[in-house]
Amino acid sequence: MQVINMRQMKRGQTGTIKRIGANGQMGCRIRDMGLVPGTRITIQGRAPLKDPVALRLMGFTLTLRNSEADFILVEVDS
Amino acid sequence: MKTTIALAGNPNAGKTTLFNALTGARQHVGNYPGVTVEKKQGVYQFNGNSVQIVDLPGTYSLSAYSLEEVVARDFLVKECPAVVVNILDASNLERNLYLTMQFMEMGLPVCIALNMMDLAEKRGIEINVSALSKALGTPVIATIARNGAGKKELMQAAIEVANNKTATKPFCISYGEDIDGLLRQMEKQIRQAGFLTDTYDSRWIALKYLESDEQIVSLGQKANAQLSSQLELKTRNLSEHLFKTLETYPEAIIADHRYGYIKSILKQDVIRFRGDQNRLFISDKIDKVLVNRFAGPLIMLAVLLVLYHFTFSYSAIPVAWMEAFFVWIGGLAQTHLADGVLKSLIIAGIIDGVGGVLGFVPLIMFMFLGVALLEDTGYLARVAFMMDRVFRVFGLHGSSVMAYIVSGGIAGGCAVPGVMASRTLKSRKERLATLLTVPFMNCGAKLPVFALLVAAFFSEKKAIMMFVLTLIAWIGALLVAKLLRITVIRGESTPFVMELPPYRCPTFKGLAIHTWERTWQYIKKAGTVILGISILLWSMMTFPGLPESQGRHYDQQRETLKSTFQIDQGIIDQDIKKQLALIDKKEAEAALRHSIAGRLGTALEPVSRLAGFDWRTNISLVGGFAAKEVIVSTLGTAYSLGQTDSEQNIALSKKLAQSPNWSPLTAISAILFIMFYAPCFVSVACICRESGSWKWGAFSIVFNTLLAFFIAGAVYQIGGILGF
Repeated sequence: MQVINMRQMKRGQTGTIKRIGANGQMGCRIRDMGLVPGTRITIQGRAPLKDPVALRLMGFTLTLRNSEADFILVEVDS
Repeated sequence: MKTTIALAGNPNAGKTTLFNALTGARQHVGNYPGVTVEKKQGVYQFNGNSVQIVDLPGTYSLSAYSLEEVVARDFLVKECPAVVVNILDASNLERNLYLTMQFMEMGLPVCIALNMMDLAEKRGIEINVSALSKALGTPVIATIARNGAGKKELMQAAIEVANNKTATKPFCISYGEDIDGLLRQMEKQIRQAGFLTDTYDSRWIALKYLESDEQIVSLGQKANAQLSSQLELKTRNLSEHLFKTLETYPEAIIADHRYGYIKSILKQDVIRFRGDQNRLFISDKIDKVLVNRFAGPLIMLAVLLVLYHFTFSYSAIPVAWMEAFFVWIGGLAQTHLADGVLKSLIIAGIIDGVGGVLGFVPLIMFMFLGVALLEDTGYLARVAFMMDRVFRVFGLHGSSVMAYIVSGGIAGGCAVPGVMASRTLKSRKERLATLLTVPFMNCGAKLPVFALLVAAFFSEKKAIMMFVLTLIAWIGALLVAKLLRITVIRGESTPFVMELPPYRCPTFKGLAIHTWERTWQYIKKAGTVILGISILLWSMMTFPGLPESQGRHYDQQRETLKSTFQIDQGIIDQDIKKQLALIDKKEAEAALRHSIAGRLGTALEPVSRLAGFDWRTNISLVGGFAAKEVIVSTLGTAYSLGQTDSEQNIALSKKLAQSPNWSPLTAISAILFIMFYAPCFVSVACICRESGSWKWGAFSIVFNTLLAFFIAGAVYQIGGILGF
């Protein structure tokens, strides 16, 4: 099992969130949307300019800037 | 007393649709006091009683980080609605329940509308409604807001909750050993001191301290600074401990446990999935094309072009009707009123002013309809997703692109609907930077001025010049946005974190209500201010009138001319008329120069010379504050050509080309000035309204004019040195 930064995840890759290293407004926004340790996510794709990133979790699609994805560590399925 | 029900829920959960289904057209839209967040209220008739329904802003949470959330929270604790009807998207239950947890922790009476049950079923999600109701301890009613199914049962259940107030006991989630013990301690202290407890629940206050909630902490500092500092210290100690041992934060643990609690609820036989929950649905398949790396931007460009065409071409017909109507009324006034100041006031001040405002109405309706269509289908979120990378560089947001395009990003838009289109932006700073910079775009009213100057000085390069001007407007607007974001509206960019809602077919009713209420707001608010300013500008260009001696001078000229005509019958009628008209125009020029605006223009000449403008240009620029198209007609008057029509435009263009005061360099300087200086006052009124403060309106007048003068002056001076 490999733990990587969400920014490095490839399209179609799935994993489980390990840690959110942000607090304050950014941390709050990320967690409000269900990105908490234990949540399963799949990378759905990236915008034409490679940023932001779109991911699926809990049955909906969420988009994040790469600078926000940097705070999220994911244990990717092998 | 009338029962008040608050409607709350996540964005895209169908809250507005349900609100429309309940209240129909009987709704009232205003703002929450002091902020620009929309407050919608309506009335629902229930067993002969009318129930007041307030639509709270859609939020994912109840933190203090966004205006919408603070507004929703304040409403709930201060207005004490009898019940909170929480709308949940059944196809997205887990995340939607996060907000529900927070309502229940506040100790609010909650009734749940489990919406979009049809969609959930299609997606293979089975929800056991009674099990969910039992696990939460609140009534849960399945609804389909689009066709109104379940709304009667929902209201029935909500009223029952409202009438049964004793049952509302705050509900406790365990946050694990580290937090629970501390929470109990803090809660006890808060209760004993009666700290903020007349408004909030004691455990909730303690929880907000642990979450470092800025609003509650600052309220606490005011109420009891000593206790507040103690609570803050406890939070800090806990934070340090948590960071050392687990590398995490109290608010993170709280959120984790809330989601943990939701998972435990859903496990109580509440939800069953057929197939993978994260598999791709129709909506995601559409996205494979619409946000594709190559096809996505092209399709977006096409969609925006269609929206633009729709807004500006189709609205042209009703706009023409409006214009014709006001011309007709003006004509009536022209024939039936006695000559004099009053007539001029009614025609030039009031009818033209009100006509100017109402003339925009069809345009604004079409724009809002187009934007509502993009917003309600979910496409707008995709545009923001694709454009964010570019706009972020300038401190803006992906959604800013809409406002720019509508304002004239494709030449010929209008800043008034553009400023209003910035409403689709949810983050305050990005929104402010957007609405302050969209007036730099080349709106339809600036184009005739540019066309005139380009025709006079660059007639061989018309097309390329117009394209270059569009580019300059974009670059200028984006750079100024960046400048504002690192100076007056500086600060971290708001997190982007945005949901891409599934594509939906908007309801006709929703679109109609949405479009109409916003248009009506424009008519009401902008109309009153604009009438006043229109009269003011008219006065500036009319008073003081020519002194009697000068007026007599022109009268004498006319008399002489007429008497010559009587003596010498040989001169043809046409010639006399022309000469008489010439005298009228000369008189108009003299009157304009004599007016306050004229004196202002003359007084400013020593300064404006730096950018190459003479007093005539100055007056027309002052007039341009009313509406940019006025620049051309005022220039016409100032050059004694009378109010212009297309034939006279050519004459004006020739006159400018021959005038010793004008050169190609002056023309470039003037074009740049007109592009960047103060927005027309209709736009300023909208900026005041949309930013929630007249200060930003004043800022845009002063800042833009100084900026424009700096740019025009620099170009004129440097150009002069280089010998152009």
